[in-house]
Amino acid sequence: MDITSEKRGDTITAFIKGEIDHHNAKAARETLDSIIETEQPIHFGLDLSRVSFCDSSGLGLVMGRMRKCQTVGSTLIIKNPSVAAMRILEIAGMDKILKIERGD
Amino acid sequence: MADRIINSMKTEFTAKSVNESFARTAVASFASQTDPSIAVIADIKTVVSEAVTNAIVHGYADIEDKQSCIIYIQCKLLESGKLIIKIKDKGCGIGDVKTAMQPLFTTDTDGERSGMGFTIMQSFTDGIKVKSRLGKGTTVTLEKRLNTN
Ligand SMILES: Nc1ncnc2c1ncn2[C@@H]1O[C@H](COP(=O)(O)OP(=O)(O)O)[C@@H](O)[C@H]1O
Ligand SMILES: [Mg+2]
Repeated sequence: MDITSEKRGDTITAFIKGEIDHHNAKAARETLDSIIETEQPIHFGLDLSRVSFCDSSGLGLVMGRMRKCQTVGSTLIIKNPSVAAMRILEIAGMDKILKIERGD
Repeated sequence: MADRIINSMKTEFTAKSVNESFARTAVASFASQTDPSIAVIADIKTVVSEAVTNAIVHGYADIEDKQSCIIYIQCKLLESGKLIIKIKDKGCGIGDVKTAMQPLFTTDTDGERSGMGFTIMQSFTDGIKVKSRLGKGTTVTLEKRLNTN
């Protein structure tokens, strides 16, 4: 798994590429939290378009980052979730709670 | 009429998180001999990942020497096109299986687990059985039809 990030206006977007499982989620959590903490952006985008595998650890990762964003006053936006990511978000009804954007 | 076993596979490995991907890939690879759809393979990878992760993060959570913690997987392919996947640990066991299987139920305290593992296993398969005894361990048996047409 690989994470890159990009700043555009008041949005920082992190791009997750690869498989999200419990093993990878630890490192992902640390990387994402350090971006959220140091940048405290108005909008924090999490681009899941290149997530090839995702289990409930990915769900935990997203839920945890949603709470993390709340503590620094950022809004979490899920961007372009892949089929694998969307399936897991839907099962928990998270697709109704989260802000999900598609395009650009 | 009995559903004959036409192929089987067994594997065991140390309860280390790096083996989560090994486990789901091994089972998916065994299942792919019948040429199932990509969606079926994706479901299999996800449910195996859930059960193996549970054995590691819950079953063997309190054991220091991880080298002594083994996860056992057994797969049987039936003539009818059904795959039976058994995932077993000899960890702490579950006191109340029914409660543990409720959506969003988790005993995790650091807030990184969703409590949706069993719910995902249930909805991504055609059957789940959980046998567990406190102090003895847990066996999760999953059933998945490989031929979806
Ligand atoms: N193999 C296991 N050994 C011991 N406890 C388990 C095992 N699998 C699941 N559990 C218990 O069942 C609960 C629910 O599991 P699950 O639905 O996968 O959610 P999560 O893993 O996110 O907590 C766990 O929090 C744990 O208490
Ligand atoms: Mg779980």
